[in-house]
Amino acid sequence: MTNATQPSHKPQVALFITCLSDQFFPRVGVAVTKILERFGCTVEFPAAQTCCGQPIFNNGFHAEARQLAKRHVEIFEPYEFIVTPSGSCCAMIREYYPQLLGGEAAWEAGMRRVCQRTYEFVEFLHKVLKADLSAFALPQRQTVTYHYTCHQRGLGLSDEAVRLLNQIGNVQFVAMERADQCCGFGGTFAVKYPVISGAMVQDKTDCIAKTAAQTLVCNDAGCTMNIGGMLHRRGMPMRVKHIAEVMAEAMGIDLDAW
Amino acid sequence: MASLSLPQVDFRAAAAEGAADARLREAVRNNTLRKQEGREARWTELPDAQALRELAARIKQHTLENLDYYLRQLVDAVRRNGGVVHFAADAEQARQIVLEIAQQTGCRRIIKSKSMATEEIELTPHLERAGLDVVETDLGEFIIQVSHDRPSHLVAPIIHKDRRSIARVFSEYFHAPYNDDPPALTQQARLFLRDKFRRSEMGITGGNFLVAQTGQVCVVENEGNARQSLTTPRVLVSLVGIEKLVPRMSDLAVMVKLLARSSTGQIMTVYTNIFGSPRQNGERDGPQEFHLILLDNGRSQILGDPEYREVLRCIRCGACLNVCPVFRSIGGHAYNSVYPGPIGALLSPLMFGLERYKDLPQATSLCGACGEACPVKIDIPRLLISLRRDMVNRRLSGKLERLIYRLWAWGLQSRFLYRVIGALQRWDLRRRADADGWIARLPKLAAGWTAQRDMPAAARRSFHNIWKDRH
Repeated sequence: MTNATQPSHKPQVALFITCLSDQFFPRVGVAVTKILERFGCTVEFPAAQTCCGQPIFNNGFHAEARQLAKRHVEIFEPYEFIVTPSGSCCAMIREYYPQLLGGEAAWEAGMRRVCQRTYEFVEFLHKVLKADLSAFALPQRQTVTYHYTCHQRGLGLSDEAVRLLNQIGNVQFVAMERADQCCGFGGTFAVKYPVISGAMVQDKTDCIAKTAAQTLVCNDAGCTMNIGGMLHRRGMPMRVKHIAEVMAEAMGIDLDAW
Repeated sequence: MASLSLPQVDFRAAAAEGAADARLREAVRNNTLRKQEGREARWTELPDAQALRELAARIKQHTLENLDYYLRQLVDAVRRNGGVVHFAADAEQARQIVLEIAQQTGCRRIIKSKSMATEEIELTPHLERAGLDVVETDLGEFIIQVSHDRPSHLVAPIIHKDRRSIARVFSEYFHAPYNDDPPALTQQARLFLRDKFRRSEMGITGGNFLVAQTGQVCVVENEGNARQSLTTPRVLVSLVGIEKLVPRMSDLAVMVKLLARSSTGQIMTVYTNIFGSPRQNGERDGPQEFHLILLDNGRSQILGDPEYREVLRCIRCGACLNVCPVFRSIGGHAYNSVYPGPIGALLSPLMFGLERYKDLPQATSLCGACGEACPVKIDIPRLLISLRRDMVNRRLSGKLERLIYRLWAWGLQSRFLYRVIGALQRWDLRRRADADGWIARLPKLAAGWTAQRDMPAAARRSFHNIWKDRH
């Protein structure tokens, strides 16, 4: 996937919050909005948005997912850029919307545009805004580790987030073993196959514990719920944050009020 | 549909058993991690690994798209070289053909090298039941055979065993004192196998590749046992799936370059055997007869489906197993198929029936590590989702499940419903949470979540609500 569009004078961004972040981590949305505005973007929030349809699609209900994909394309097509804090939803759109809507004459062109314009937050910072965070610093020294969420694979991302984190002052980055091994979330998989999912998140939290970091950065709401839930079950003190929350802290952004 | 005599096993129970076995998990994890690191190291050395993958995928795909042509070419070439070609539509036919060859040639002592196709048709136990003396000569497979176990990995059949369990098996089998020193164990097997090699009458191999142009079989291995199987006995039988074809020797070179790198992290295996004819005039060794059995057993059915056809590109390297966090968590036996891991979650339902293997396409987090590792670029995650779609379309999923997803999708179609349902759900989750915002137990539908980990309470207000404050 090539995202060919170059930023205009003042990039116009539609925030795609995703259903999980909307319901569980709205502060991430506030952080993303304010950070993008600091970097000179205009941020809009299309209020009709719900969900990209990933859970429906992944569970095999493709006719229903196709309807949701059409809805999503209709809502987001007018915008220059679409930015989402969740890699997994971004990958759903870019990897699987072509399968759902490819060949549907009325939808194909719009779908392609939406695919080309949809970016995961870190990807947008890196590829479009070419953001440099070295001017910012956390108020206090913090040890930070990073979980490579699976959908980075589909998006062709590697260590962009780690590079951004390392630019922030007072971030002491600690590498994690098996950092790119899935945490075991997998959407409904976590509920349908709890034993397997549980073994996976057990292993993930073992690796996290070994880093002894204070903060785990994880850029996907699903993984955050899963890993955070296991850390809490095991009584481990680590905090799980989205990179936007760490950035907001470093940039002195207040997330409790607009 | 291909025939299968494995007993039906409850996947969830088998997976739970695997996941609960700490020793198994550690053995599998260490072994697969080692292989993954080896593979990554070998791939990084290549000047253009991605281009090589692309080329390999295209070679196999092209061959599959024109399989009738290349099969004819292969058969002609094998016959020209003096070999006999047999076609086996299913496992039963394939086993029968082997038995008949043994009977007609008066062979009773058989040495066999490692092969997934022969595992698939459960050849060894069938031949043993027919009164033949069959010995698996690959060390791992030999251990499987004498312990009446089943392989749990495509390449490393005894990945689930440690040396102590092997030592116990050998001590009993050879009536020897217990000794778990690996060289001593290997030596025991070597002495035993050496005699079997010497006295063997028939050799049976599989085939990693078939070269259509020359009518030859390629078998790669590290122990030299396959070379024994194809040089010492007077009759040689190779049983190979029809999807193993490549057009030319130059295509074989591409595949061989990939296979060991992806599989064991070697540049090449220790032995690369290319063969396919009886002993020629003037040759001092080699079989007097060569038989090639081409096995279908469900493959042509996959071939006939353009969506799933690419699954047949698989070269059984095991790279997808080695990177799979599910495989690492439960081991190979839980899949209850000769083909475990991500590729097995495709092959098993496609070859032996989706009804029988309903859990496999679902029991995956769709993390994508398999697709990224596959040297022939099989889009495993996408095809797993396609199988889930087939389950829905063929009504193989539960009624309640279908109702839930359809309602869910319906709720997401409307901004109003989404907000109302979201608000209710947030209220419900917050009601269940403790003062710190964590839920330790969820009701039945979501109990799987809290069986393993806590659930964060939802936010008091959604982002949709918060955004409204702005304007």
